[in-house]
Amino acid sequence: MTDQTNFVEIRHAQKSFGTLEVLKDISLSVERGQIVGIIGSSGSGKSTLLRAINDLDPLTGGEVWLDGVQVNQALSHRQYEKHINQMRQQVGMVFQHFNLFPHMTARENVTMAPKMLKGLSQAEADKLAEEQLDKVGMLERIDYYPSQLSGGQKQRVAIARALAMKPKLMLFDEATSALDPELVEEVNHVMRKLAEEHMTMIIVTHEMDFAASVCDRVLFMDQGVVVEEGPPSLLFTNPTQTRTREFLRKHLEGAK
Amino acid sequence: MLKVYPFFLEAAWLTVLLSILTALLGLTCGALGAAARLSRFALLRFLGAAYVSVIRGTPALIQLFILYFGGPQIGIQLDAFEAGVIGLGVNAGAYMTETIRGAIISIDKGQREASRTLGLSQWQMMYKVVLPQSARLMVRPLGVNINALIKATALLAAISVVELTYTAQRYIGSTYKPFEMFLLAGVLYMIIIYVTGRGIAWLDRKVQIT
Amino acid sequence: MGLDFSVIPKYIDIILLGCAWTIGITVAAAILSFAGGIVFAVIALYAPWLIRQPFRFFEWLFMGTPLLLQLFLIYFGLVQIGIDLPAFVAGIIGLGLHFAVYNSELIQTAILSVDKGQMEAARTLGLSRTEALRKVVVPQAVRAVIPPIGNNMIALLKDSALVSVIGVSELTLSAQRAIGATYRPFEFYLLAAACYYVINLAMEWVQRKIERRISISR
Repeated sequence: MTDQTNFVEIRHAQKSFGTLEVLKDISLSVERGQIVGIIGSSGSGKSTLLRAINDLDPLTGGEVWLDGVQVNQALSHRQYEKHINQMRQQVGMVFQHFNLFPHMTARENVTMAPKMLKGLSQAEADKLAEEQLDKVGMLERIDYYPSQLSGGQKQRVAIARALAMKPKLMLFDEATSALDPELVEEVNHVMRKLAEEHMTMIIVTHEMDFAASVCDRVLFMDQGVVVEEGPPSLLFTNPTQTRTREFLRKHLEGAK
Repeated sequence: MLKVYPFFLEAAWLTVLLSILTALLGLTCGALGAAARLSRFALLRFLGAAYVSVIRGTPALIQLFILYFGGPQIGIQLDAFEAGVIGLGVNAGAYMTETIRGAIISIDKGQREASRTLGLSQWQMMYKVVLPQSARLMVRPLGVNINALIKATALLAAISVVELTYTAQRYIGSTYKPFEMFLLAGVLYMIIIYVTGRGIAWLDRKVQIT
Repeated sequence: MGLDFSVIPKYIDIILLGCAWTIGITVAAAILSFAGGIVFAVIALYAPWLIRQPFRFFEWLFMGTPLLLQLFLIYFGLVQIGIDLPAFVAGIIGLGLHFAVYNSELIQTAILSVDKGQMEAARTLGLSRTEALRKVVVPQAVRAVIPPIGNNMIALLKDSALVSVIGVSELTLSAQRAIGATYRPFEFYLLAAACYYVINLAMEWVQRKIERRISISR
């Protein structure tokens, strides 16, 4: 393919587990610096779509492109490993359950991959860790183990860990869903800061207010298809589809 | 009674030596077995599973006999000590394979995903993230395997290795004092097992995350 | 010397008889170890201190020493005090007691994990402590403990090979007899291993069946 591709481009993404089709022919493109939110009920396929972007959940059909390179190439095992690790170094991911490495301190969590994959010296790595942890407000806890941190603090370290690889794109998979309500804001605050720096982000979330305030575009997914998409000002206030309206209404009731 | 002590002490030392060598070979076989069972190659997975199933599905005593008495027929000539260490080591390895494999697969899937999304290769992930965590989970169950293996060295009495049980059996026969001989050998086994258990517990505390 | 499996058919009767003995000894010892395990567990948990503590020491001693040594003790020790049991009876007792101790450990843990409220509920109905244990607590504990006891029974099958050393004509000793006549250790030990393996697979199959049934009734 030689045609001009967008920064992130998903073409005809299809994914099934056995007979269950979770993604049905989804196409999506994201420009550099854009922030895209994906909303939808559980089982709508929104996490699967996000996890297809770095091939964590490989698609069964369709293509994912990042910055002109196809992510999900069919290669021999050895070549695929090399290729995908190269790609994944450029894509940061933040998980619902943090997935910090429990046997490493915050510093070690942040520096392990850069040291290993980019050959940073200990001094360079330490500087990087201080920089990234400072950015998420966790510098004071740099030598704490994950078990000594609250959920919100863990998630901030996890974000710093992803940022330390200097990714071109950040994926957030329900980053605040597992947090106690009072801890959500500290993580949202960090994500807002990233938005101000024009980091390209794709955010799967169930927090409508947050999506409305930071996203340039919001997608509503249901049963494996993108039902509706648009700027949050339109999608949240004036949805055209009944399914979207239904979802937003239920969600609003739940929030009250 | 006094006359038998030196023989029992010597035999106890041989039991210790046998246990150490068997444990080392067992751990090696266990690590290889676990690697095979977790391999992405179906043939290796099958071989690993067959090793575990056959060794765990047949008596260690028979395995020793095949090796020691049957070995010469297929050109493997081992003395009783060598056959004992190899036979018991390979046997313990099958149990340790399952212990090690269990500890590896029990690491949360999220740990693998997080490693892979950072761009780590399979090996880097294993070495930096999975193994350091599963090593902590392994110490205790491997301790149980080692405890069983120490007691299994008694089987070598059946191929005339002069370890503790053989010595006890010999003096039960000649002194007709089975309870005394049993107690003497028993106490020595208990000491070996107690010391090993303390060692394992110490190691277990040492590797835990603060 | 090479291998020659053609000698096997002539001795197949002996081997099959050995299999029958191995199965018989395993079943008898399993029953003994199961009943013994329950009795031992109750003693270890509920007997008066003077009985309980020495008993626990005895359990500890049994778990810390090899089965083979225990078999020697029972076989030769009973002769010394004037009880001359046939070897197979001594073997069954030895295997049964050894595994009873291991089963007892499992059952103790299971009894302790049965909800306290169960005992209290039984007592408020007017049952005595012993009745409550027998009718309410122990049956629940036994159910929880059947899967791990199944593993012990499979271990028992394999350890039953050890009674060949005190002269019980089970599978291992039968193989040795055939070897004595033919000088073909590899062939006959391999055959014995195959027999053990088949019995082992059968036991695993039964174990899975039982586990499935229990998981329904819980």
